[in-house]
Amino acid sequence: MITIKDLALKIKNQESLISGGRWCAGCSFPPIIRTVLAAKGDNDVIVTNATGCLEVTSTIYPYNAWGIPYMHNAFENSAPTLNGIEEAYNYLKKDNVKSELKDKIKNKNIKFVAFSGDGGTYDIGLQALSGAMERGHDFLYVCYDNGAYMNTGNQRSSATPFGASSSTSPDGKVHHGKEEQRKDLIKIALAHNIKYVAQASVYNLVDLYNKAEKVFAINGPKLILVFSPCIANWQFQEGEAISVAKLATETNFWPLFEVENGKYKINFKPAERKPIEEFLKMQNRFRHLFKDKEGREIIKKIQENIDIEWQKLLDLENFTNK
Amino acid sequence: MGKKMLALTGAHAVAEAMRQINPGVVSIFPITPQTPIVEKFSEFYANGLVDTELIRAESEHSAMSIAIGAEAAGVRAMTATSSQGLAFMWEVVSTAVGLRLPIVMSVVNRYVGAPINIHCDHSDSMYCRDLGWIQIFCETNQECYENTLLAVRLAEKVNLPVMVLQDGFITSHCVENVEILEDKLAKDFLGEYKPKFSLLDTDKPVAIGPIELQDYLFETQYQAVESSMQVIYEYSKIGKELSSITNNKYDIFESYELDDADAVIIVSSSTAGTVKSVIDRMRKENKKVGLLKIKLYRPFPYKEIAEALNKLNSKHFAVMDRAISKGALPPLYTDILSSCFMLSKRPKIQSIVFGLGGREITEKEIENIFNNLLNNKINENEIEYVGLRK
Repeated sequence: MITIKDLALKIKNQESLISGGRWCAGCSFPPIIRTVLAAKGDNDVIVTNATGCLEVTSTIYPYNAWGIPYMHNAFENSAPTLNGIEEAYNYLKKDNVKSELKDKIKNKNIKFVAFSGDGGTYDIGLQALSGAMERGHDFLYVCYDNGAYMNTGNQRSSATPFGASSSTSPDGKVHHGKEEQRKDLIKIALAHNIKYVAQASVYNLVDLYNKAEKVFAINGPKLILVFSPCIANWQFQEGEAISVAKLATETNFWPLFEVENGKYKINFKPAERKPIEEFLKMQNRFRHLFKDKEGREIIKKIQENIDIEWQKLLDLENFTNK
Repeated sequence: MGKKMLALTGAHAVAEAMRQINPGVVSIFPITPQTPIVEKFSEFYANGLVDTELIRAESEHSAMSIAIGAEAAGVRAMTATSSQGLAFMWEVVSTAVGLRLPIVMSVVNRYVGAPINIHCDHSDSMYCRDLGWIQIFCETNQECYENTLLAVRLAEKVNLPVMVLQDGFITSHCVENVEILEDKLAKDFLGEYKPKFSLLDTDKPVAIGPIELQDYLFETQYQAVESSMQVIYEYSKIGKELSSITNNKYDIFESYELDDADAVIIVSSSTAGTVKSVIDRMRKENKKVGLLKIKLYRPFPYKEIAEALNKLNSKHFAVMDRAISKGALPPLYTDILSSCFMLSKRPKIQSIVFGLGGREITEKEIENIFNNLLNNKINENEIEYVGLRK
């Protein structure tokens, strides 16, 4: 197990994603990406990235924050683009194949990682991701989930939480934020019978590191879904991303768990789960829920749903470890 | 020497070429009438005749995305599609050009849109004619085979992707004799692919596909334009090399009984074959008719076609489009008009639209077109819809 001090040093010394990118001060995804890539060990890594905040802030030509090979293709296809790269690698590794390029890679172990936001994963990229998981390519897919289309200014996605206001599910006189529950991406990934699926959060980088380190040694499709508070559009105080993320886990809104070969393991169980209001009240996107009776009803539903889902998770852990 | 004759459909002729190209990655998704290409290639794969990684994608969009990733990784990558499939992958068809990746894609022309129709016209490839892909039309199954080989070399020379186009069903599903090169000859012609960069070269990391804004995008676009301007020269040069092993010609367009012609049809693809047959018959009746067959369609050889037309006796042309541009003049007609704008003496041109959704075009109809040209019955203000019931 890595200590937090060693991890801090590893992240500081990594050169995969250097500083100076144009992401917001206090953004959650740089530590997520650096932590995942710090776990690569002796492997080389090639990254693909869906259109989104990460892409536009790390690559504005002629500047480039990536110290490792990086490719952006379009919004919905970070997975198949990565598959194409990986299959080119598999082709070159064949005995029959001889080429100059083959000589360059012959002593290398290359791993393939896609980074995408929730829009590129839950919504527009879901079919492509599903195809990639079904085909069984050897890749890690990391979704940094900030619960809406943040690069275009906070439009609702299927990852937007129930009750949250966004620019396309605003709070109004008749409708009060998003009226549907979030899509369950973890279950969708698991339906592909892949070896490893996990949920992690930016607030617990040791946990994220451990998960990433584990998956670099697993062959086949892997998916890690990481909670990534958005300072610009959730509208909390600067420097509070980690506190918001921590509360998401302590309220069971965002449990930390992993599913390895079908077995669930909850990585953190709060001794006493905090009421969801503590998480909601820190963010402007939920502010409308606190102003009237209707809003308080929505909060009640959010709380009920969290408790139901948590119980299901406990049951799944129990059942799959029998 | 060095060749064998096989009875092949146009689709299988492309698959034969793909077997010899032996690409690093082939990503496929079925769509009529392209499907026999990827089925045949899947057989080659199943029987261990290729080293290729064959990826059965869940859509055309992903098929092209996979090809893009593979090319960016530095290996040859190919796919094939038609119609709605080409429309569905359109977004990443544009990405392939923007990233300057020399992907070769076989497009079997089929109507695109609603009502659904599986038969041949050129609306699918015409709707993406201005994206920057090189487009080569094939008349015969032999051309389908040879142009696929040529396309690989051309794409890699100018770093632009190439579509090799054949007529759905008419070419893709009909059997002709095709002379296939000995594998070694084909492989020597193709050579080893040496990419300019590779994502897999982790010692020299590159970032591909960054965001470019007002300060750089214009220049990047112009680089593609400059490369596009080399295509005609490189096509001819690589064509000469291929010619030395096949003894066939790879002109940017084909002239058939053109020099002394009094009436000329300009058309691409399988219809050119029907026109040739009509010409042979009409010539026996001493009617001087000829054909200019469009092969390299994008980049369009405006200047070269203008020069060729200028040399002709005939100033009576019919331009036959197997597609319409809704709300505009037909695409090939528009291109020929642009070419003719360079001429001092303007020819008279009849625009013909035919064959939409696979509607048959007959020798009789083509003969009528020629006779109308010979009799100076040309209406420059109206498109003539041949074969349309009114």
